[in-house]
Amino acid sequence: MSVYPYLVAAWLLGVGLYGVITSRNYVHLIVCLTVMQASTYVLLLSVGNVAGGKAPIFADIPSRSVVVDPVVQALTLTDVVVEATVVALLLALVIQANKRFGTTDPNRMNRMKD
Amino acid sequence: MSQLAPLTVAVPLLGAALLSVAHVLLGRAVADALAIAAAVATMVMTLLLLVHVGDGLTVYWFGGWHPRAGVAIGIDFAVGPIGAGLATFVSLLMVLALIYGSRHVSVEHPYYQVLMLTFLAGMIGFCLSGDLFNMFVMFEVMSVSAVALVGYKVHERAALEGGLNFAVINTIGAFLFLLGIGVLYGHTGALNLAQIGRALHHSGNSRVVVVAFVLIASALLIKAAIVPFHFWLADAYAVALSPVCILLAGAMSEMGIYGLARIWFTAFSPALGGHAATLRVIFVGAGIITALWGAAMALSEDHLKRMLAFTTIALVGVYLIGVGLLSEDGIAAVAVFVVGDGFVKALLFACVGILQQRTGWVSQRRLHGRGRHLRVTGLLFAAGGLLMASLPPFGSFLGKSMLDDAAIKAGYSFLPPLVMLVSAMCGAAVLRAGARIFLGWGPAPAAQDETDDDTEPEADAVLDRTPALMLIPVLGLLVGAIGTGAWPGFAGLAASAAHRFVDVSGYATIVYGGSASLHSVGSSAPEWFDYLYGGGASVLALAIVALDLWGERPTQLWGAIQGAATQLVRPLRSVHSGKIGDYTAALTLGVGVLGALIALTLG
Repeated sequence: MSVYPYLVAAWLLGVGLYGVITSRNYVHLIVCLTVMQASTYVLLLSVGNVAGGKAPIFADIPSRSVVVDPVVQALTLTDVVVEATVVALLLALVIQANKRFGTTDPNRMNRMKD
Repeated sequence: MSQLAPLTVAVPLLGAALLSVAHVLLGRAVADALAIAAAVATMVMTLLLLVHVGDGLTVYWFGGWHPRAGVAIGIDFAVGPIGAGLATFVSLLMVLALIYGSRHVSVEHPYYQVLMLTFLAGMIGFCLSGDLFNMFVMFEVMSVSAVALVGYKVHERAALEGGLNFAVINTIGAFLFLLGIGVLYGHTGALNLAQIGRALHHSGNSRVVVVAFVLIASALLIKAAIVPFHFWLADAYAVALSPVCILLAGAMSEMGIYGLARIWFTAFSPALGGHAATLRVIFVGAGIITALWGAAMALSEDHLKRMLAFTTIALVGVYLIGVGLLSEDGIAAVAVFVVGDGFVKALLFACVGILQQRTGWVSQRRLHGRGRHLRVTGLLFAAGGLLMASLPPFGSFLGKSMLDDAAIKAGYSFLPPLVMLVSAMCGAAVLRAGARIFLGWGPAPAAQDETDDDTEPEADAVLDRTPALMLIPVLGLLVGAIGTGAWPGFAGLAASAAHRFVDVSGYATIVYGGSASLHSVGSSAPEWFDYLYGGGASVLALAIVALDLWGERPTQLWGAIQGAATQLVRPLRSVHSGKIGDYTAALTLGVGVLGALIALTLG
């Protein structure tokens, strides 16, 4: 298995993190979170990859063929669903912030500190 | 009886689904009653499970997919006494919180009740799951529900900010969790904790295992809010509705600690167990920093809910010290501590909620002397403060004394005085606030301008009397906090539960369908020095309060101590900027440091 997919995953995690840390806009920040999330997809799928493996759907291929690991694909799919919920919730909060306080800038939101 | 295990998650979820569909037909009272009924049913089932499990382990395979040839094909709930006990505790708190919340003015149905039930389902699923990926999913179910509950008051800037910070940091934690799962699955080909444990037992330690452990442990420490991952917690707990705070402080913070102990003793200890001594230093060190940081911040905080949030952080640090000892005694101590202190924290948040409903404020400066007429609440609050300062012989004292014994047994004899100091500081913060508000002690605050307090009244209208339905659950919490210490068999039960919890090979054997019995263990009663430490913490707490409030002209020494403390806390306070970018940077740094420490010592 080549090392490149793992480098891509690490890169996505890093740039996403950088984006979250420096972002001045919540919508942008949430997109950066989804970039980080993409790194989990890349990692999971490359973990289950088999060179020359087919899609693990045995309806139309011989039952002894080499296939990629279906478990990680199921994990990825679950991850997509779970994080879609999180992103929807975050965006809903941001819409409320914009509607009520007229800002989507994380640095202008905070009045918690003394 | 193991059939009950999936129902403990299914019933609250079904209740939530029913409520969200049928809410148009139901009034507030019916919706509350339905939610409480679902929570009570869940509590009864978790209790039955706990009694059934005893000191054994019950495994339920979803869809009847039992393991074949050493491979766990299906997904299981592996219910041990610690997991079932925690699930029972969580559902008991949920019942009390829902009753308490039913007289809460600013709660709209059905969203609040629905979210509370999904929150409950997530936490119980997390406690019972024997599958790493399922733990991740439940972790997310609980986080998403909690975020929605924290950001519930969307008309408040602070609530939105608290919810957003909470969501972003915990989501990053979830990504780390999932990355760790991916790495571990690539290495072992397994998601079941028992199967991972066996695979790692054969493969031994390697760099991949260390990376996976760092990623998963970081995620769980973020959930537990260990320094420097803790920033989101104070922002979130300060703005959540009081019934939600009962659950957040009493149960959710402990989930991260439980998860860490669970993955260590089922999956990672076979591979990394040889390095337990090093890991012990790292975890205990992180716990000490967190405990002191939280206690210092609690003493310097004016906002009551933020103050309690920081005591929560301090106590989570103490729990991490206990779990970080990676020993059976440590687990038993933390199990008792979590229950005893969980009741106390919930009690204090509930009292603040009543205060907020009666007066409209949560700032100590604003409330100075304004709680004089709230005698019952004041008494309950003071009791909570004393219990938090581990007054013997109640629940938090029992946990603390067991922790002291475990620490001494592990060779960390400097820990008991340190934990005593943390208990005293947390107790002092609470008692001082109580004395200011309910007795009007201490110097009255200077004239305040209207803008200095950014918290808005939680209630739409200030109540004239405290509803009985709010007071009864608070009394229940007090009974729980006192009862855990007064119940003579509790320490013994926790000891045998911990004995089961740390038995790695027994766990795997039972999950694979075998049986493994354990010889029973005894538990030791608190020693004389435990009473000394417990009493010492209470006396110290009262001394801090007295010196702080009575000194018209404080003595020179105390004045110097106060000055030094203010200087010390100032940088800590300035780091709590409320900015998500700063929090994420701290998180990145924390994961980096943790990873470097573990990789350098274990790699």
